[in-house]
Parts: sequence; C-alpha cells; structure tokens
Amino acid sequence: MEISAFVLFWAAIFTGNILLTYFLGMCSYLSISKEIESAFGLGIAVAFVLIVTSALNWLVYYYILIPFGIVYLQYIVFIIVIAAFVQFLELVIERYTPSLYYSLGIFLPLITVNCAILGVGLFMIIRKYSFIQTLAFSAGSGIGWLLAILMLAAIRRKLKEKMVPAGLRGAAISLIITGIMALGFIGFSGIVQIQ
Amino acid sequence: MLSRIFQDIGLMSAIGVILALIMVLAQRWLSNYGEVTININKKRDLVVTGGNTLLASLADKQIFIPSACGGRGTCGACKCQVFEGGGPILPTEKPQLTKEEMADNVRLSCQVKVKTDININIPEEIFNIRKFNSVIEEIIDYTYDIKGVTFKLTEGQSIDFKAGQYVQLETKPYAKVKQKAIRAYSISSKPELNNRIQLIVRLVPEGICTTWVHTQLKVGDKVDFTGPYGDFYLRDTEADILFVAGGSGSAPIKSMLEHLREVGTSRKMTYFFGARSAKDLYLGDEMRTFEEYFDDFTYVPVLSHATEEDHWEGKTGFLMPYFKEAIRDPKNTEAYLCGSPGMIAAVTKSLINDYGIDEGKIYYDSFG
Repeated sequence: MEISAFVLFWAAIFTGNILLTYFLGMCSYLSISKEIESAFGLGIAVAFVLIVTSALNWLVYYYILIPFGIVYLQYIVFIIVIAAFVQFLELVIERYTPSLYYSLGIFLPLITVNCAILGVGLFMIIRKYSFIQTLAFSAGSGIGWLLAILMLAAIRRKLKEKMVPAGLRGAAISLIITGIMALGFIGFSGIVQIQ
Repeated sequence: MLSRIFQDIGLMSAIGVILALIMVLAQRWLSNYGEVTININKKRDLVVTGGNTLLASLADKQIFIPSACGGRGTCGACKCQVFEGGGPILPTEKPQLTKEEMADNVRLSCQVKVKTDININIPEEIFNIRKFNSVIEEIIDYTYDIKGVTFKLTEGQSIDFKAGQYVQLETKPYAKVKQKAIRAYSISSKPELNNRIQLIVRLVPEGICTTWVHTQLKVGDKVDFTGPYGDFYLRDTEADILFVAGGSGSAPIKSMLEHLREVGTSRKMTYFFGARSAKDLYLGDEMRTFEEYFDDFTYVPVLSHATEEDHWEGKTGFLMPYFKEAIRDPKNTEAYLCGSPGMIAAVTKSLINDYGIDEGKIYYDSFG
C-alpha cells in the first residue's frame, strides 16, 4: 500500500519519531541539549542536512548503486556522501553567511556522525519509499528530531535549579527524561501507523 | 568473479574520487579569500593569504603573539585588539574574555580568522619577538633538580630583551611524548649578553618540557625558542627594591642583578630566596659577589624545612616576617616576585596589607 507523503511527514514527527521511537542521533542530542539556543541551532542544522542528504542518497542509491549492482556498499557510500555534503555545506556557509556560520557552523562537524541521518537514509531504502515520500519522511524526521531536542533542552533548563541525585546528574537524568517523553509519544501511535 | 571485485572496487573509488574532487574544487573556490591586508597599530600593513587564524597569519610574518596552548583557545595569552574585520566574538572566546575586554574589542587571535582586511592593535614590544635557533653550550647542575642551561644563538642572531622577560622553548618529541610542546622560561642571563641566553629549569615530576631538558638535552643539541615575552622586567627608577623568589624563580632576579651590575646602581636592594632545605639552595657564591659589589645589596636565603644535617643558622619559616628589616619606606619600594602562584599570592597579600606597599609597584611572574 502506498502511504501518502503527507501522512508520512506527520507520522515521522509524532508516531515514528526518529529519536523518541528509534533512539537514533543520541550523542549530540545528549551533549548539546543544555541550552535551548544551541539545541535549536543544532536541530535546524540536523533537519536541513537530513533532508538534503536523504535526497542525495536516494538518487545515489537508485541511479548508481542499483544499476551497478553494488547495493551491499550502501552503508559506506551513504556515510561518504553525508560527510562530503556536510563539509561542503560548512565551506558554503562560512563563505557566504558568516553570521549563520558562527551560530550553526560549529555544530556541522557533529552532524557528520549523527546516526539519525544515516538511519533515515537506511529506512527509506528498507521501506522502499519513492523520492517524494523520502523527502516527506526526512523532513518529518528532521523536524521530529528538532522537536525532541528542544523539549529536552527546555526540561533540562527547568532541571538546573532542581535537586537531582548526584548519581543521576547529566546524561543519566536526560536518558530517563527521554524515556518518559518516548512513553508520552506512544500516545500518538493510534493516529497513523507507518511501520 | 575477480572482474566483479575489480569493478566494484573501481566504482567505489570513482565515487570517492568524484566527491573528493568536488571538495577540492569547493575548497579552491569557496575558501579562497585572496590576499587580505592586516593593518597593525595603524602603522604597518601586512599582506597575507586569507583564511587562516590571525595568530597563524602573524606568525607567518614573523610576528609572534604569545600563546601557551598552541591555538586551542584555552590559555587566553594571545589576546589582542581587533577593530575591524574580525567578525563577532565566537563562543570559543567568551570564557577567556571579561566584559571590559569585550567592550574594548579584545579578541583571542588564535580564534579570529582573517577573511577580509582587518585592523588590529598589538603592543609594540611584540615586534621584538622573534624565533631564534640556538645550540646548547653549557649545562650546569645547580642542585639535584635544578639545571642552568646556556643556549648560544646561531651566527648572526642577537636577542634584545629586558632583564626579567621570558622565552618559550619548543621541545622535540622524545620517548613517550610524541608531540611538540611549548613552555615558557625566564631568561637568567643579562641582556647585555645578546648572543646567548641562560635558562634555569627545575625538574617537575611528569613535566613534559622540564623532563626533556633534564634527561634529553646535551651540549651541542639544537633548540628553537621564541621571545622575548612578558611585562615582568626591571623598572628604571630610583626606588628601593625587594626581590622575592622561590625554587627556579631566581632566574629573572639573577638577570636583573647582572644587568644592574653592568649599568651600575646605588639603589637599596634586598633579595629573599625561599627554599625547602639547604640542598635546594644555589647561586650562593654569585650572591656573595653581588653583596660585595653593590653599595647596598643583601641576600637573605630562608629555609622552610631545614633538616638536622643542614646545620642551618640562617633564617627559617615563612619569608614574610623578614621583610620588615628590608623596607625602610613602603611608598618608595618596588617588589619583584617570581615563584609559584601560591607563594606570589601570599607575598603580595602580605606586602599590601602588612607593609603598605602600592599594589602597582608589585611586579610578579608566576609559574604554575
């Protein structure tokens, strides 16, 4: 059954959130969520890179990897494409929009190794999405990731003034919060189901 | 089968090469900022290739801004004023800058990238800072853990410094230490001797550079250093002088005394040297000669942990109580301190609170 791109978009944000359902992209999610400002910057950067690299990888997969029969190399190829694109993006931003570079540029190297980006690339292949579906799915995933990190950053800001047991400070409490948020997101699962 | 393997390898390489090519072209077109001009103190113009950090661009032109951490933005030593063309203050600089400095256009030169024409302000002394090549001429054992090392500059070079300033040694990789390190040491020889310098280095357990100096260096070895740096130097006034040093901190004091002997002085001077026990004392004979030479110079070694075998009849304990006899007019006394941060803090506090010496007349060089 062909799922419409519109449904995919919303499903990727809520019922199949790349971070809260699949727990992908955790490292930068945990380390850059101390302040809302930087969490937002990173989230935007991830969303943008996700959309563009997924589209690029889709083209590479269906027009290079399949015709030449080297599908088994998809992991390596995808990673190279992501890394090259992020590097390229960094150069472009640094050159033409210095102000954006100073707010987003520092996050770009982190994105190269963000599992959410590779994860979306692999999901779109396994689930046999069309190009349009891929765009919608990656856009939804990017926005979903941004939403998740923003929520964590907002909660962590409140948490700063609260007494957290010493053994739970930092990543530990963040993971517990993430788990509770993930439970909350299960509530959306009745709306649409994509996988 | 084999042809299949080669075909796949070829395809994979082709993808890699294409992406690499795009990157190289992008680098070529996007990161090429062409030639930009660095205007220094509204006087000198330097034309450099854009895209590098300010610190590196200046070093290329033989202008060395002090930097202890090697451009990582952690030491804050490479501060300079950037008026135009530096871009906004980066998050990596903020921890090192005070509010006043930010308002005063102070930046970390290791973080600022030179992309457009840029206007900067750096202290004039920095123009004197150069890179020197030298050969080790002599190594003296002052104590069991302190060595005096003399570096002879290679033919045709001469160093112009003020007594009390320091240089930065560049270590070469050795044993387990794979990377170069840069560490600062005060010059212990007089400025009048401008074709060689002496440094006094105390062995710090696990210290990268001190271990290198103590275990690796031999007479005849080639060593590079940059300098001179620092605003700890002898002021040319007529005020009384209080020198206070501990451990290898006697280096800049020795330089100052030797300099004063060259130029002559009738200032009242007292030198308090703090050490643990008698085996940590050194340069005693030189100090005795200074006492004989100068009109009014006293050398006061003080031991904090004198042992039985030392048979020490001199002063013991803390240095501070003994300052009383050396200070005749607190308003006309300058203090030069060199030692550990703890010692400097304690002595400074005592000089201000107990003896009423102006904070502005206390000069110090603190090593960590």
